[in-house]
Amino acid sequence: MTAIPLDQGLGLAAALFALGLAGVLVRRNLLFMLMSLEVMLNAAGVAFVVAGARWAAADGQIMFILVLTFAASEVSVGLALILLMHRRNSTLDADANYHLRG
Amino acid sequence: MNAMFDIAAGIAVLATVMMITRPSAVHALLYLTVSLLAVAMVFFVLGAPFAAALEVIIYAGAIMVLFVFVVMMLNIGGEAEALETGWLKPSAWIGPSFLALLLGLELGALAVSGGLARTAAAVVGPQAVGIALTGPYMLAVEIASFLLLAAVVAAFHLGRAVMRGV
Amino acid sequence: MHELLWLVPTLPLLGSVILMLGAGRLSIRAEAATGALSVGFAAVIAFTIAGGFLLSPPAGAAYEQTLWRWFDVGGLSVTIGLRLDPLSLVMMLVITGVGFLIHLFATEFMEGEEGYGRFFAYLNLFVAAMLLLVLGNNFLTLYTGWEGVGLCSYLLIGFWWRDPANGLAARKAFIVTRIGDTALLIGLLLIASRLGTLNIAGAMHNAAQSWPAGSPTATLAAFLLLGGAAGKSAQLPLQTWLPDAMAGPTPVSALIHAATMVTAGVYLIARTHVLFLLAPAAQYTVGGIGAATLLLAGFSALAQNDIKRILAYSTMSQIGYMFLALGVGAWGAAMFHLLTHAFFKALLFLSAGAVTMRLHHEQDIFKMGGLARRLPVAFWSFLTGSAALAALPLVTAGFYSKEAILSGAWADGNSGRVLWAAGVFGAFITGLYIFRAVFIAFFGEAHTEVSGRYGWRVILPLTVLSVLSVLGGLIELPPAFGHVTLLSNLLAPVLPATKEAASVVPLLVASLAGLLGIGLAAVLYWRPARPPAETPLWRFWHAAAGFDWLYERLLVRPVLWAARAGADDMIDSVYDAIAWTARQVHEQVRRTQSGRVRLYTAGLAIGSISLIAIAMIR
Repeated sequence: MTAIPLDQGLGLAAALFALGLAGVLVRRNLLFMLMSLEVMLNAAGVAFVVAGARWAAADGQIMFILVLTFAASEVSVGLALILLMHRRNSTLDADANYHLRG
Repeated sequence: MNAMFDIAAGIAVLATVMMITRPSAVHALLYLTVSLLAVAMVFFVLGAPFAAALEVIIYAGAIMVLFVFVVMMLNIGGEAEALETGWLKPSAWIGPSFLALLLGLELGALAVSGGLARTAAAVVGPQAVGIALTGPYMLAVEIASFLLLAAVVAAFHLGRAVMRGV
Repeated sequence: MHELLWLVPTLPLLGSVILMLGAGRLSIRAEAATGALSVGFAAVIAFTIAGGFLLSPPAGAAYEQTLWRWFDVGGLSVTIGLRLDPLSLVMMLVITGVGFLIHLFATEFMEGEEGYGRFFAYLNLFVAAMLLLVLGNNFLTLYTGWEGVGLCSYLLIGFWWRDPANGLAARKAFIVTRIGDTALLIGLLLIASRLGTLNIAGAMHNAAQSWPAGSPTATLAAFLLLGGAAGKSAQLPLQTWLPDAMAGPTPVSALIHAATMVTAGVYLIARTHVLFLLAPAAQYTVGGIGAATLLLAGFSALAQNDIKRILAYSTMSQIGYMFLALGVGAWGAAMFHLLTHAFFKALLFLSAGAVTMRLHHEQDIFKMGGLARRLPVAFWSFLTGSAALAALPLVTAGFYSKEAILSGAWADGNSGRVLWAAGVFGAFITGLYIFRAVFIAFFGEAHTEVSGRYGWRVILPLTVLSVLSVLGGLIELPPAFGHVTLLSNLLAPVLPATKEAASVVPLLVASLAGLLGIGLAAVLYWRPARPPAETPLWRFWHAAAGFDWLYERLLVRPVLWAARAGADDMIDSVYDAIAWTARQVHEQVRRTQSGRVRLYTAGLAIGSISLIAIAMIR
């Protein structure tokens, strides 16, 4: 085990988070947006684990597990919604139907 | 082991970049899996073997399998890929990418501003995690179980609607 | 029997509630029965209680019944309680007895009218409120009844609401009496804060203990109560609403605007006479107001053609007599006149109603004529009432009560002599104007078709009231005629004794004045008369000395102008600008609700970036 500079670990988390955000913003396909969202969540998990490793504490990993739980729930519901929308609209284009319009 | 971290981190970033730029859903999924596996390697290097194992089993295993199933059910073909390629014009991605870059730079700057601290070169094993999980974090576990239950109910409900072909 | 006292106001209230809840579901007969019998049963109970009261008076000549505690705050405890003493006993008997007769009359009078049940619901509610007013043992209960009768008066004046003029008359009555009511409320609050209790008997006791005669506080309180009394009893300067109140159905005029509600002011002053004895200035004002009103209303009655307006002005005039009596300290005489006036004025209104119901609601006396032979029942009733009003000597109740007042005035020193002179002159005018109406309406040539016959529900009340108008005076006779003092004996525990004139000269003069008025009316109007020419003098008195004109310019128009000026003022524009800005911002913000998920995400991203940037810069 060698000590990793903290800025490198958190930098990785920041980079992954930014890439996930770029994915959510750039892609129009709901499936890709969901995948990018996973990346963002994963980046948050990385940040937790890095911080936990800084103090050699278990808390970081526990927060990671909670993030994981959240990600699993979100994916299951999100994918079910994607299937439903595809059945209804025959498209996954997020810009195709503005049912949220106020 | 520092090199191991650098290599794994580089693979994770590269794979993610590839993932968000692929027109094909299956290709993107493969790159995402690679990215997750690389992150698992990072976790291992950081001395969190339990988190690394969970990353492989749940993220790269279970969740990715879900995505694969959905891609199969959607049955996305070549024309969808052509559509995706059409959507990925520079005019469409430059603005959002700039935003994301800005955020990444900000977060990176914050990470660097932490100073020269390093991680403790110690392993926090599954036993320690388990004790903490069932001790002080009991309530969080319960709340997580509620969340999962809600997700199960929601997925079941939506799945039935899908089966009825609504 | 006294324990049943609470039933007396409750029964009419119950009748009112039944009629309101059953609106549209009850038959006409059921509505009539509920309306009349609820008051009838209340009258039976009231008379039974009165019998018990007279045979075996309770200790202290007062029976108190506490129903429940209303509130207890800041050391001021107010209970809902009833107090039966000779004063409220007399009022209770008048209200339930005369009230029942008028209800009975109304069941026939109102037949075929739209809103038959509504009418009796209001009328029953009025009786309940009036009973609460006179029976309440504290000022707040009294005030509740006071406002209740005002509300019912408003509702009943505007009963025929399809004509906007009736609604305006109702509003006028409500607003003008409201001025007096406000004064009364301030007075009650003054009493409550200075004397520490709202119980009437307690407050009067405390006032006599703690306020010296002529103290400014007592004077102020008395004047405020007088304001309330003047508003309710249509005395100067708040008298303008009563003639317009004749827009209501005639039984309403008889019950509310002649027999009971308008005498509430007299009752209030008699009830708080301790306060007025402590404030001589206020008491002189009461007498002055009474004298001025009785003359003004008398002259105005001479210049009216509408039979109900004549009676309205005569009511004002007669209540002026009662105020005069209160002003000279002839408390018992005021109550005596209140009693007889309730009889003969209710009789006059009911017989006038009996006339108009056969003449298709024609109220102009110059269009009647020759009714004496064709409507004998109405004629004899009206004649009896008129004789009592004009104080025809010896045979009418009005004579004895008016003599009691004038005798009290004569005995009250020099200022009393002035009031006495006004009263005597008023007696002359009274005889003149009421017999002017009698001769024009009932003699001479017929001008209008008469149709229909009277049922027993009209004849019985008229007969009973006629008998009372003649014999009602026998309970109290002056020393010259046998000196019967039943009423003053009864009232002795609650009201100070009335001074009486020692000589018979004033009595003779006053009797002659009334006869003179009747005689002059006979000379002037025996021949078939034409409507009077509209001379300026006639117009002046037809408009009751122009008080409406004065108030219109002095109060109504400035208020309306101020309201209009205030409707679009500067302050409103500030709020309008706020609303306008909010609407504009809303229009802009609404555009962001495009429904595009990715735009929302971009918004989130920009927000996070900005927040983090701010945090980093600081």
